[in-house]
Amino acid sequence: MKFINYIEKVSGIDIYGLSSLLLFVVFFIAMLTWVFKTKKKTFTEISRIPLDN
Amino acid sequence: MQESNQGMQVEKFYYDNKIVKAFGYATVIFGIVGMLAGLWAAIQIYYPAISLNLPATTFGRLRPLHTNAIIFAFVGNASFAGIYYSLQRLCKARMFSDKLSWVHFWGWQLIIVAAAITLPLGLTNGAEYAELIWPIDVAITLVWVIFGINMFGTIIKRREKHLYVAIWFYIATWVTVALLHIVRSIELPYSATGSYSWFAGVQDALVQWWYGHNAVAFFLTTPVLGLMYYFLPKAANRPVYSYRLSIIHFWALIFIYIWAGPHHLLYTALPDWAQSLGVVFSIMLIAPSWGGMLNGLFTLRGAWDKVREDPVLKFMVVAITCYGMATFEGPLLSLKSVNAISHFTDWTIAHVHIGGLGWNGFLAFAILYYMIPKMWGTDLYSKKLATNHFWLGTIGIILYAVPMYWAGFEQSLNWKAFTPEGQLKYDFMETVNNIKGMYVLRSIGGALYLVGAFFMVYNLYKTIAKGTFIPNEAAEAAPLVKETSKTKEYWHRVIERKPVTMLVASLIVVAIGGLIEIVPTFLVKSNIPTIASVKPYTPLELQGRDIYVREGCYTCHSQMIRPFRDEVARYGEYSKAGEFVYDHPHQWGSKRTGPDLAREGTKFPDSWHYNHMYDPRSMSPGSLMPQYVWLLDDKIDTSSTPAKIRAMITLGVPYEKGYDKIANRDLMHQADSIAANLKKDKIETASDREIIALIAYLQRLGRDIKAEPKAPIAETNK
Repeated sequence: MKFINYIEKVSGIDIYGLSSLLLFVVFFIAMLTWVFKTKKKTFTEISRIPLDN
Repeated sequence: MQESNQGMQVEKFYYDNKIVKAFGYATVIFGIVGMLAGLWAAIQIYYPAISLNLPATTFGRLRPLHTNAIIFAFVGNASFAGIYYSLQRLCKARMFSDKLSWVHFWGWQLIIVAAAITLPLGLTNGAEYAELIWPIDVAITLVWVIFGINMFGTIIKRREKHLYVAIWFYIATWVTVALLHIVRSIELPYSATGSYSWFAGVQDALVQWWYGHNAVAFFLTTPVLGLMYYFLPKAANRPVYSYRLSIIHFWALIFIYIWAGPHHLLYTALPDWAQSLGVVFSIMLIAPSWGGMLNGLFTLRGAWDKVREDPVLKFMVVAITCYGMATFEGPLLSLKSVNAISHFTDWTIAHVHIGGLGWNGFLAFAILYYMIPKMWGTDLYSKKLATNHFWLGTIGIILYAVPMYWAGFEQSLNWKAFTPEGQLKYDFMETVNNIKGMYVLRSIGGALYLVGAFFMVYNLYKTIAKGTFIPNEAAEAAPLVKETSKTKEYWHRVIERKPVTMLVASLIVVAIGGLIEIVPTFLVKSNIPTIASVKPYTPLELQGRDIYVREGCYTCHSQMIRPFRDEVARYGEYSKAGEFVYDHPHQWGSKRTGPDLAREGTKFPDSWHYNHMYDPRSMSPGSLMPQYVWLLDDKIDTSSTPAKIRAMITLGVPYEKGYDKIANRDLMHQADSIAANLKKDKIETASDREIIALIAYLQRLGRDIKAEPKAPIAETNK
């Protein structure tokens, strides 16, 4: 059974594949952008939280 | 932020150590119980008589007790202890509500006690790691909600602006376990203790391994990773190697993990696309997993001298290394070609114990060795004893895993071996006898690990005796003030400070995976090809099936013949999805300590099964199967038949309307004919005994297709 069977036979189901791929890509690009644009100082600060007490 | 805090009054508050202490004690007690159950079960595999011939202590019921105790009682309590300890400190706040903390604690322990009573009684849902019966499932949901309220309440009233990454892992754990537990527990009760899974056959299998795999991911991995991100920097007294990496680790892990479940069902009757999806995501999973492992190990760069001194770090290093090994092996095992060899063998058992003994066990030991001296305001009683525990445990893991890998390879090679004439080279029993020695070695490894745990109990006891418990640990911090700055912020920084947004974001991320995998399988009727000759079970067979589930036969026998030459030669026609449409729940199993039973029907006469249940070794010399003598005496509970049939009708099994009222008549009729059949072989038995129902079920297995051997088996999409 190929996935395409389901995509073709159930109306409206193609949106699942499409939207999830889109969400996946957008989410990861946004996350990576943020991760690499944030200042190292901020991360250094946060990473010291466990050592504060 | 800094400036705005300056005028603020610093608040004094107290961390609640009592709740951590309670969860810590529970961890130790249930850890020992769970390991003892495991050792007992391990010995039974080569020495069946040690089951004492009691229903409650026989392998099929003991193994779920072991797995549930280790997962939910040992690792669960350890995670809660670590979360309650670290969350308060990371939020600079006492838990939201002491009352909720204690409701959570006692609720969880009651659930464990209920499990420890019901599982030996044979009350089970028959789904691996989701065995607990429906009233306990309801209780788990309630307690989980209480834990959630308490956790989010604490996060909301925190005095620390940022949510440290460990807390993200705790949030993802809470969200996903809730989702998994609810979906897996959709079941239809037919009595106060009994229920049938809402799903059948291939759908049930998909839900089961979506749940099963993610129970590993979100109950045994994410909370423990959160603990690693807190306790490792604490113990090494240095921040985590890369905080950046920890963020990527988190999102990639929770996004990808949720998809990987179908790799447990490769080459089965599950649709191909779902299998492929599982494989692809399993391979991808290696990236975040190793990112996390390296982040852990690199945290210790330049501090390896400390590892030599400190048993806490020793345990952590091996735990993280085992995490890395298990998460490298996992993707490897999900490759179809590797899975063809490994699936149903003891290789899987070795794999999970690298995770269980190494990653979960050692990390739990590490945090206990860390927290207990701290909470009692003293030092560990004996570092030397802890180091001995470490070495015993490490040797125990090796002695456990190596023989099981060996056994797994040998099983697979033996199962698949053919003679030059094209016959199967080994009888199944020979393949079992070839690895008995490995089972003995494995139990020695497990015993060493357990002895190590006893060292820890003594060491912690002495530590507690010499210290003074600090029930409320004083701390100070300035309260959070609302930010007035309107400077542009990245969306992630906003998410990262807002726990509820975080909760929703992680829910969406994990739900996508689940939806894509499961929804199409459920929406399309044609997804399960029906086979005209497959009929619902007779009432007697249904009762027999419930006995099969009750005795945990699925813990050693599969019911899934994969389309391989050797399996078809050994067991018969490979299994089709359409054969399982009435199986609530499915019983495909996950390992073959005994042979596959998918086509057991009519392979042997009724009398063979009768004698085999009474004493397996009388019919197959060398068998490792326990005796099931009580089945010969106990009566079938026919009073439950109508309710069971009604439940099945509700679930869509096509019994005629009103059949529940006459089902017992058919049941007795079929039972009488089996009893008469046994009598021909000189076995005298009343027809209302459980053995009769079990024989009826076993003789039915796989026969729907067998019945028409000459005709090609057509799958239609109607």
